[in-house]
Amino acid sequence: MTTRMIGEPIPRREDPRLVTGQGRYLDDLGAGALQVAFVRSPHAHARIVDIDVTDALDVDGLVAIYTYEDLAAADEAGSSHLSEPLPLLIPHPDLTHPRTAYPLARDEVNHVGEPVVMVVATDRYVAEDVCDRIRVNYEVLPAVVGLDAAIEATHLVHPDIPGNIGAHMVQERGDARAAIAAAPHRLELDLEIERSASMPMEGRGVYARWDADDRTLRVYTSTQAATSVRAAIAAKLAVPIDRVEVIAPDVGGGFGVKVVHPWPEEVLIPWAAMRLGREVKWTEDRREHFISSAHERGQKQKVRVGFDDDGRLLGMEFQVWHDHGAYTPYGLIVPIITTTQVLGPYKPGAYRGEFWSLYTNTVIVTPYRGAGRPQGCFAMERTMDAIADYLGLDRTVVRERNFIQPEEMPYDHGLVFQDGRGLVYDSGNYPALLDKLKALVGWDSFAEYAEQARAEGRRVGIGLACYVEGTGVGPYEGAHVRVETTGEVVVATGLTTQGQGHQTMLAQIVADELGVPVERVTVTTGDTRRFKYAVGTFASRTAVMSGNAAALAARKVRAKALRIASEALEVDPSDLEIVDGVVRVRGVPSSPGAKTEIPLSTVAVLSNPLRYAFDAEAARATQFAVGGSSEEPPVAEDDEPGLEAVDYYSPPRSTFAAGMHAAIVETDPETAEIKVLRYCVVHDCGNLINPRIVEGQIHGGVAQGVGGALYERMVYDSAGQLLNASFMDFLMPYASEVPTVETDHLQTPSPLNPLGVKGAGEAGVIPAAAVFASAISDAEGFAITRMPISPSELFELRERFAAGEIPPLRSRSGHISGEGRFVRAKEDSR
Amino acid sequence: MTPDRGPTEQTHDISLTVNGVLRQARVPARRLLSDCLRHDLGLTGTHVGCEHGVCGACTVLVNGQPMRSCLLLAVSVDGSEITTVEGCTDPDGSLGPVQRAFMECHGLQCGFCTPGFITTIAAYLRRNPNPTPEQAREAIGGNLCRCTGYQNIVASVLRAAEIMREESGDAGVPAAGHGRGERA
Repeated sequence: MTTRMIGEPIPRREDPRLVTGQGRYLDDLGAGALQVAFVRSPHAHARIVDIDVTDALDVDGLVAIYTYEDLAAADEAGSSHLSEPLPLLIPHPDLTHPRTAYPLARDEVNHVGEPVVMVVATDRYVAEDVCDRIRVNYEVLPAVVGLDAAIEATHLVHPDIPGNIGAHMVQERGDARAAIAAAPHRLELDLEIERSASMPMEGRGVYARWDADDRTLRVYTSTQAATSVRAAIAAKLAVPIDRVEVIAPDVGGGFGVKVVHPWPEEVLIPWAAMRLGREVKWTEDRREHFISSAHERGQKQKVRVGFDDDGRLLGMEFQVWHDHGAYTPYGLIVPIITTTQVLGPYKPGAYRGEFWSLYTNTVIVTPYRGAGRPQGCFAMERTMDAIADYLGLDRTVVRERNFIQPEEMPYDHGLVFQDGRGLVYDSGNYPALLDKLKALVGWDSFAEYAEQARAEGRRVGIGLACYVEGTGVGPYEGAHVRVETTGEVVVATGLTTQGQGHQTMLAQIVADELGVPVERVTVTTGDTRRFKYAVGTFASRTAVMSGNAAALAARKVRAKALRIASEALEVDPSDLEIVDGVVRVRGVPSSPGAKTEIPLSTVAVLSNPLRYAFDAEAARATQFAVGGSSEEPPVAEDDEPGLEAVDYYSPPRSTFAAGMHAAIVETDPETAEIKVLRYCVVHDCGNLINPRIVEGQIHGGVAQGVGGALYERMVYDSAGQLLNASFMDFLMPYASEVPTVETDHLQTPSPLNPLGVKGAGEAGVIPAAAVFASAISDAEGFAITRMPISPSELFELRERFAAGEIPPLRSRSGHISGEGRFVRAKEDSR
Repeated sequence: MTPDRGPTEQTHDISLTVNGVLRQARVPARRLLSDCLRHDLGLTGTHVGCEHGVCGACTVLVNGQPMRSCLLLAVSVDGSEITTVEGCTDPDGSLGPVQRAFMECHGLQCGFCTPGFITTIAAYLRRNPNPTPEQAREAIGGNLCRCTGYQNIVASVLRAAEIMREESGDAGVPAAGHGRGERA
């Protein structure tokens, strides 16, 4: 029997190349290509007065200097569209004031790092020399930095966008305000999350070559959306799309930032390559990545809830002020996700979600792993803790009472999700997840431990957070599966890979569906030469979308293989099975060469009737070898040559994964240092394809969650300078900062797709800020409402707490402090 | 647009023994070792993640010592022996112990930081062939990874030590416990 591959923690197919330095990332390609560097704006908001390149022209090795004027001239002379703003990728009716950047700044710059001049030279060192000699004169304008300044709107980012408001959106189910007003208890929370960023180890990069003879443009880019980059390049450069190939080579991490496209560089580098008739490459450096790519997370939030004596939500109003930076290329995806996924595993009663998406003179904000969910989770979980504290209930009890129950699935929240489809949970078992989490972390025995620690002068706290994640959003993905005449199986899907092990995971699926050893399956992703229709890699969607597409395509191939084999063996197809790459009659012992079996390689040969032989296998398919009836065409009317198939998976809506995390922290009574003693994860992403890969995704997500909760933030000064734009100053966790992650799984299959899988990529990061806020609050005895939190911030909060400026928590693990409230219970002010 | 002109910057001829092979390059004084290895010698396994010595992706062994090749000028290591990730294989070209351990323990995802970890760990295990889990975590404490959360890299360090002990025929005392089983 072929060992079943789905569910097996097999080692990755990608690894032998990557551990020996044989990976091919963007900057590993194009040896000898011309290199590009950019002059970028040093100001957050300024008018460009003039650009003087005189001093730069003498630099040896300079090839070309381009400004916006050159783009305009090119458009004038040809049919390109480079002088127009970059596309608004995801329009939305509520995005009433969208704005996107020009590939090179036209007249005005709106954040530090915006590209102004492109320099092409023989190498990057020379290109940077040239940049140093180009003088751009600016008239500096007042910068809008931070949400307070954006809301205040004393100054505007774009003079024609009033109040700096790009969008205002409300979604409501029931009359939330009335429900809150009528509730026996009410609470109000003001919360805040700061900016962070995806920060993959490899930055962005683009390498283009134009074949003037073939009129073909090939572009390699470190992207999460190769097919869409292709469409954008074709449109912008006015090259027939059929002459454009886009390839995502090995990509050194993405985490969301590389799903944005086309980046200015993705149209400018190919344009320069065509114009110069030379290969051209640009590799982003780390400072460029900080100031010219994208950030996420920054929000201020207000929660108003009404609840009953048991802590059950009766109504919830959630207001979000979302900082989207200088431009809105990715639309409203992040705040829509925040204001829908805030609901987590709970029934909110009546709900009103409202956000304002605001312009600031800072780097654009687009999805980073979690994509708005960490902020939503933070809001809801802080609220659950607040209710528990207000009523003096255990934090898990309040959550349990608000859970959607398994028998209530599918559960329709009556809202519209980020994919434009209904927010309908397909399956899940939240009570079971909580039980597993409590057992894993030892929730019920923690109070005793905390009391003991307190007696020793130590401060410890426990926290938990729950989330639901809509994964596998549409519209579709596809896959192509072909059995070669060697018996090798090649698979291609259009979406891209940034380290998630897709080649292994998809090979496992196809191996199972076809009945071939996984070693014989080779998978290509993100190469438009191999598969042209795709959406991209984001929203934890690859296993769901491409996984199911690959399964469906493999099933078609299998059906065809069985049909051809049944004719060759003169056996009914239903009596055949495929085992270890051999089609054979069920229940008959293997006997190579017998009339009861035929290798898939031979079936592949037979599937393609030949006139010409080029090897012994092919000779078996030639016209005099095959024979057959003279009355029927060699390829039947409804058939095609080749043992291959394409299929697509397009679900009606997303499938919803879930999980719950708990952490135990210790805070130093003197220094306020925050130490993570334990971190526990229970996770349900439906059926597991490769548990080892899923576990790795969770570990990595948690590490980013720890970073986002305790270390990472983008520190802008009031002039809009990013003060910590380096790995020295932006504190990503090293091994010393990341706890060992203890995991447990629940597998509630999705009823929406053939494999019963749900996405797993983003899960680990979603609840981390909420978990740590909960645990630190428990250790300290007052509520944490702003994340991330540093030791010095915690120290300051302690001082304010001691001065009576912050109310104490009423109930803490192993500690009852008597009177006090999480936050003041305010009367509704309206 | 100006015509393409060749560089007139002063250059220096240097010799490096890279992965046991004598290599020569003509480089400007300011050429970083990382760029020299990647772009002059075509050894693109050494990756550059931050260009300022913080992430460790560019770590190579210079005369056996792990160093950040993005902080070294190529001319400053003229005459040195350099080991890159390409040179961390076994003599027959098959995966070396650290490389095998990374594969077995799922110690990598995107693989961009991995070369720096592999060179660092290879050097470390020569100094300390029998690390505890705590020491293993400490050993990788200067390298950044954005994908894995480090847990499986710690396991890889321990597993690599185990493989090396197995290969040297020295059963040893596995102070590290089993490589796959790191627990807090």
